[in-house]
Amino acid sequence: MRKVIMGNHSLSYGAMLSRAQVIAAYPITPQTQVVELLSEMCADKKLDAKFIKVESEHSAMAACLGASLAGSRTFTATSAQGLTLMHELLHWGSGGRMPVVMGNINRAMAPGWSIWSDQNDSLSQRDTGWMQFYCASNQEVLDTVIQAFKVSEKLMIPSMVILDAFTLSHTYEVVDIPDQEKVDEFLPSFDPPIKLTSDDPRAFGGLTSSEHYFELRYKLQKDMEKAPALIEKTGKEYQDLVGRYLGAVEKYRCDDAELILVTSGTMGYTAKVAVDELRKEGIKLGNLRIKAFRPFPFEIVQNTLKKAAKVAVVDRNISYGYHGIFYQEVKSALGGSDSGPGVFGFITGLGGRDITPSSFKEIAQYALKKDKPEENIVWIGVKR
Amino acid sequence: MKKKKTMKFSIPEEEFMNPGHLACQGCGATLAMRYVLKGVGGRTALSIPACCWSVIDGPFPYSSLDVSIFHCAFETAAASASGLKAGLEMRGDTETTVIAWAGDGGTVDIGIQALSGAAERNEDILYVCYDNEAYMNTGIQRSSSTPYGAWTTTTPVKHFKNRPKKDIGAIMVAHEIPYVATASIGYPEDLVKKAKKAKDIQGTRFLHIYAPCPSGWKSRPEDTIRLSRMVVQNGIFPLYEVENGDKYKMNIKPREKKPIDEYIRLQGRFRHLTEKDIEQMQKEVDKKWERLLKKCEASNK
Ligand SMILES: Cc1ncc(C[n+]2csc(CCOP(=O)(O)OP(=O)(O)O)c2C)c(N)n1
Ligand SMILES: [Mg+2]
Repeated sequence: MRKVIMGNHSLSYGAMLSRAQVIAAYPITPQTQVVELLSEMCADKKLDAKFIKVESEHSAMAACLGASLAGSRTFTATSAQGLTLMHELLHWGSGGRMPVVMGNINRAMAPGWSIWSDQNDSLSQRDTGWMQFYCASNQEVLDTVIQAFKVSEKLMIPSMVILDAFTLSHTYEVVDIPDQEKVDEFLPSFDPPIKLTSDDPRAFGGLTSSEHYFELRYKLQKDMEKAPALIEKTGKEYQDLVGRYLGAVEKYRCDDAELILVTSGTMGYTAKVAVDELRKEGIKLGNLRIKAFRPFPFEIVQNTLKKAAKVAVVDRNISYGYHGIFYQEVKSALGGSDSGPGVFGFITGLGGRDITPSSFKEIAQYALKKDKPEENIVWIGVKR
Repeated sequence: MKKKKTMKFSIPEEEFMNPGHLACQGCGATLAMRYVLKGVGGRTALSIPACCWSVIDGPFPYSSLDVSIFHCAFETAAASASGLKAGLEMRGDTETTVIAWAGDGGTVDIGIQALSGAAERNEDILYVCYDNEAYMNTGIQRSSSTPYGAWTTTTPVKHFKNRPKKDIGAIMVAHEIPYVATASIGYPEDLVKKAKKAKDIQGTRFLHIYAPCPSGWKSRPEDTIRLSRMVVQNGIFPLYEVENGDKYKMNIKPREKKPIDEYIRLQGRFRHLTEKDIEQMQKEVDKKWERLLKKCEASNK
């Protein structure tokens, strides 16, 4: 069924089709429509789930973790202040191997209060052990929720499905809503072999000495390392059933490109427009949109970028005291070879400032003009 | 021939707590757990936030309890229990009693937001606060449940705690939840009875248990039970229950309310107090006792 829906409702439909059993969430702009529609779906019995109307995001995540530990499929959604309030519990979710799936709407962190998009909220959760998927369309949001449950439950590692404030959360697009039977076939019900029950009493997460803790974290990383192949495999399975492939990246005209833009989220969509326009002018431009930030698809990134002469990483975020976060990741993925491309780092669009095709033209022109990177941050669109 | 007399147990004999736990000598929190589980039984799951009990249970991969435990973040006992309950029910398990098991700090301080939220939603959980009147896990710092006059490492004798203990019972009663009760490990029959009663009530139940900590109170381990009885007899920690926000009932009414002096003198944490300080404390105890009696009387009218 095709329907015109907003990005936030794509998250709700994704959770509904995945048959989430417990939802605990707290409202925050620009996420509210996610939970409003889910409340309705629960009230109308379109979704057989318990909706816990908690008093904070902190309790939302705590409740999700409890429900997940008890063996129920669990969903929540938040943004910015809400996500960062959850921080301690994000570590709990991955360390405790609770495969919650959470939608996060990328919104700039206060102060000053901002409800507009940038990625510092989710990227500052980088090392919490959650998988992170940055989406570029409402269709991708819906499909990725379903895929995230599959990958998360297989690995027992939680996932975040991430979309930009307003440019995706409140933008209406045509979305194909897959048949429930097909989703059921793709995503069987959740039944983890180890869960909290009173039939088989166990203690989860107690005092862990240095005799054991290290191995638990080693196993978490080893399972995370299985994620790239699993994303690929489930992406193909989804394609066979529903007709859409879901990968860790989207490559656009990269094969013969001399300069490749590296983008994420909705700006990765805008970048394609700039690629087409500049190609008409004879510039061999490509775009690599990174969807899976964790696990970082370094092999694909390496193989895609190493053929280009130059790479321009565009960050809608900043790690203060260093530079853009994707820039750091890409440099590290390409590190160790002197013959590799010159990697330029750009920061733009903080706090929701527009990123347009001309932003990418400016970026491309800068990178083409310079022989090699001269500074860690090239600012695009900042008033100085 | 005369029939041999057998001793009759006044609380269930079945144990859900095993030897090998890590508690200190004379630990009241340990008895609190043992008695509550006797009352509630084995079909139980606990959420335990950071507190002494996250240590007492024993190190991974061991546990001294025969019930399931979710060791959760310090401030999340009530929210974690809400999620556990929902998760179990969605799997078809409506039988298991879910208990949020927290210390006083995890309840009256850092966990009060989540607790208030769960109580307002009337989550079907039993919340137990074992009250040793300070943060003991981290080495005896004040909590808002620390009584007036007490020494802790953050309220040194020159600056002893100069504010009264937060009345968490009254706060919970104000949420109009179906059941709020106090208990003391010095009165096991009353405690077990309340745990059993709470188990069979739907909605949020709150049980506040007095549990001495010899290491933190500078009391003798062998005085734990004595203190747990005295505190009821002198009216400092009355044993009462409140149903649906307004029906008060005093469960153990001392025949004659004892002065607090001896109770105070048994604990090193109060050693610095002068006669005048203790007199002042006695006045406060009397005032609160009268207030509670009035509420109980009003409920009986
Ligand atoms: C967010 C957070 N802050 C601080 C701590 C450190 N901490 C662990 S237990 C504890 C005190 C617990 O006190 P209480 O709840 O009274 O339980 P008790 O230790 O007395 O049994 C503190 C401060 C923590 N684990 N988490
Ligand atoms: Mg305490």
